[in-house]
Amino acid sequence: MPVKNITAPKSGTDRKTSAATTPATTDSGFEITRRTVLTGAGALVVSFGIPGVKRARAKTAGDKPPLMPDELDSFIKISEDDTVTAFFGKMDMGQGVDVAIGQIVADELDVPFKQVHVLMGDTKYTVNQGGGSGSTGIQKGGIPLRQAAAEARGVLLKMASEKFGVPADKLTVDGGVISVPGTRKKVRYGELIGRRHFNVKMTWNKKYGNNLVSKGTVKPKDPKDYKIVGKSYPRNDIPAKMHGTFTFVTDVRVPGMMHGRVIRPPKAGATPLSVDDSSIKAIPGVRIVRDEDFVGVVAEHEWNAVKAAEALKITWSDSPANFPDQDALYDHIRQAPVIKDKSKDKDIGDVDAAFAKAAKIVEAEYEWPFQSHASMGPACAVVDIREDGATVWTGSQKPHYGQACLAKFLGMDMDKVRAIWTMGPGSYGRNDAGDAVMDAAVLAKAVGRPVRFQGMRVDGTAWDPKAPASVHYGRAGLDADGNVIAYRYLSKGFDRQHVRAREVHPRETLSGQLVGNAAKPLLSFRNPEETYGFPNKRLGWQIIPQLLDHASPLRTSHFRDPVGPQAQFGSESFIDEMALAANADPVEFRLKYIKRKIDHQVVAAAAEKAGWQPRVGPANKPGGTSTVSGRGIAYAQRNGATVAIVAEIEVDRATGKIWPRKFTVAHECGLIVNPEGLKLCIEGNVTMMCSRMLHEEVTFDKQMVTSTDWATYPILDSLKAPETIDFVLIDRPNVMPKGAGEPSTRPMAGAIANAFFDATGVRLRRAPFTADRVKKALA
Amino acid sequence: MAEKMTFTVNRTSHTVGIDDPDMPLLYALRNDMNVMDTHFGCGLAQCGACTVHLDGAPVRSCVTPVSEVKGKKITTIAGLGTPEKPHPLQTALIEEQAPQCGYCLSGWMMTAAAFLEKTKRPSEKQIREALTGLKCRCGTHMAILRAVRRAAKMMA
Repeated sequence: MPVKNITAPKSGTDRKTSAATTPATTDSGFEITRRTVLTGAGALVVSFGIPGVKRARAKTAGDKPPLMPDELDSFIKISEDDTVTAFFGKMDMGQGVDVAIGQIVADELDVPFKQVHVLMGDTKYTVNQGGGSGSTGIQKGGIPLRQAAAEARGVLLKMASEKFGVPADKLTVDGGVISVPGTRKKVRYGELIGRRHFNVKMTWNKKYGNNLVSKGTVKPKDPKDYKIVGKSYPRNDIPAKMHGTFTFVTDVRVPGMMHGRVIRPPKAGATPLSVDDSSIKAIPGVRIVRDEDFVGVVAEHEWNAVKAAEALKITWSDSPANFPDQDALYDHIRQAPVIKDKSKDKDIGDVDAAFAKAAKIVEAEYEWPFQSHASMGPACAVVDIREDGATVWTGSQKPHYGQACLAKFLGMDMDKVRAIWTMGPGSYGRNDAGDAVMDAAVLAKAVGRPVRFQGMRVDGTAWDPKAPASVHYGRAGLDADGNVIAYRYLSKGFDRQHVRAREVHPRETLSGQLVGNAAKPLLSFRNPEETYGFPNKRLGWQIIPQLLDHASPLRTSHFRDPVGPQAQFGSESFIDEMALAANADPVEFRLKYIKRKIDHQVVAAAAEKAGWQPRVGPANKPGGTSTVSGRGIAYAQRNGATVAIVAEIEVDRATGKIWPRKFTVAHECGLIVNPEGLKLCIEGNVTMMCSRMLHEEVTFDKQMVTSTDWATYPILDSLKAPETIDFVLIDRPNVMPKGAGEPSTRPMAGAIANAFFDATGVRLRRAPFTADRVKKALA
Repeated sequence: MAEKMTFTVNRTSHTVGIDDPDMPLLYALRNDMNVMDTHFGCGLAQCGACTVHLDGAPVRSCVTPVSEVKGKKITTIAGLGTPEKPHPLQTALIEEQAPQCGYCLSGWMMTAAAFLEKTKRPSEKQIREALTGLKCRCGTHMAILRAVRRAAKMMA
């Protein structure tokens, strides 16, 4: 059935989710329906407040308690017309988290899914649940919402009990209507609550962010009673995106606003010595903003800001050669001093003694480059500073921290600053959106007008925070029978958060550093997450100094599955190298050592679904120029979720080009809330990782990043996209849902690397596997 | 001095004052005509996020000077079809739940729409080749390709 007319959100300021009426499963598997599409203007001209919420507020002024996590009203509102608003302190960046939250709330409340609207990421209406963060949208963010919805249902039952004089446990609920069985007595939720708020306290664990938990007195449903959770509802934002009526942060317009651009130094670390105002005299309506080492322009018309930023003559200081030669990056990492040493982070048994006894030693090193978020468009933010407060529209996935950053910069109390999340041009972690708040703020503060800042392509590719480069060292000791008796895996690389993933302070942003704030790095990496039960096992990591520790285009931070792809690329490649040394099939070898039962099941499921044929050593021997194919497996855990992937790739040995043709993904993340949504989420991760593993590498010379656009930082295109993904979704209804936003990212690089070895008989240990690198490796 | 220029976008006429005839069409659409459904991705014609049709042919509006657009009909994704009468591609992309952030869609949709007009019953290879040169950072290529195949069937 072709589906038309799915509900569209009216604007992007409050992205609300609602399903449609009369569900019907389409051949794409989603339960969708027809409902009139709300057409709107392409641009959001901003007025304060949110239409639906504002109406409700007007009726109940003064009744709503303050926005605190110990108030039921901070999570759930039921309106007189029976609509439910779920206030969610996390964000959906296109993976459909808001749909899942709507399903959870609808199920707990016993209302139709279409009645629930999920309002995300406006600091005025949502408590700080940590924003988009580490695939915790459902895993952690769903907890207080589920609890609050259950509590709200309990409160409504109590109200009905008093109304009818019937004990609450004798009442039934269906579709938001409470009935007294055997009588005609019934009442709608909306009738019961009327224009009031709940004013019911929850028990809050006094934490903000991902770990915020608030509970009521009512126990949520048993998963066996779920009616809405577990089914595939479609996203609500897609029709508006399809018809050009969706509002991105780039579309926000504020009365009186100017357009801003920034001008970064041509060499990393250079500072502006002088700015020649006359160089842009001919461009109308432009003002130059200079604050310490920050230089920007604002103009009435966006095009004039673009032209002025390009034409402005600035004399920059020289800057030393802060970066090594690109070719010497990994030697630099190997030789660099260690500023934080956790090389024995996990140390089981007596590793050194076991190595001393080993009959055979296997050793290998793996290398991963800096990578850029290179989001689809450069980031944008709109900042409006008034005497009595400030507002920022931001695409950052952590608007509550952007609010804190802006408050700090302006010296205002947090409650005077409002951040309104509005979807940006892609977000997979701490990208340039986290910087854009300060870019716009510095400009707006200087000119005394609201400013819309958007970067140019170079700001999103050359100047965004980078995923760190690293070297990974694996060493294994086998006994005479081929059993692994000692295992060591060490990662050495740049800090995973030289700027924090939470842009909570100006120092965490590029412009914040340019106006004089010093970075406060985290100094951390991560170990591979797996459950190989080697008797003597040591995992650890070491952090090296940044190449340039202030306002660097190579400053590092979180990018989808932070340092997971790096760590597990090496570890899962090395598991295959160990298997070969032990004369074992890679699947058999993994299953022999994996300790956790569910991990075992997931790996076995992937192999079975892929029709894995056990084999010791590669399918093909080195040599030849024909196109060959191979398959490889890898597995990873991520915060409780487990994924195993079998990759089947084709390698054109003449050109070095790899086509990642087919993947089989076995995925376990506890209870599955929305199966079709989960598949699409996995598909996005798999495809993005094909791009990162085969194409992506930040390039630089001694003074500057030289990958600045799509020509110099190429990503996967339609010709190189996979053909097929087969799924094994392992649903465990009695296990609380784990995150699914990133886990399938993690084993991808290892699976491709192992498939490459199978295809070619050559082990490649440096990512990405570009055509050039492959051709050289096979020559 | 601003020159008055008239543009027809999705069958609606806009008369605006243009200071710089070299200004790319994208900036005029977004800032002078309030047409926001085509996006700035790179400004270098490398990604496609700014694609519009000029008299039915896809162009990258981020590098197309407004002076070259005079008298031509401009179509954006909002002009492909309406919610009541959607273009097959719009229907198919919704059915496939294809986009994630969706910022790139103008490129895929306007390029695919022009391609499917010309090419009935395209092969997989033809589809993939027609859409190369477009970027999607969320990695929704496979879902977009499914949607284009679905739309092709609807248009066959």
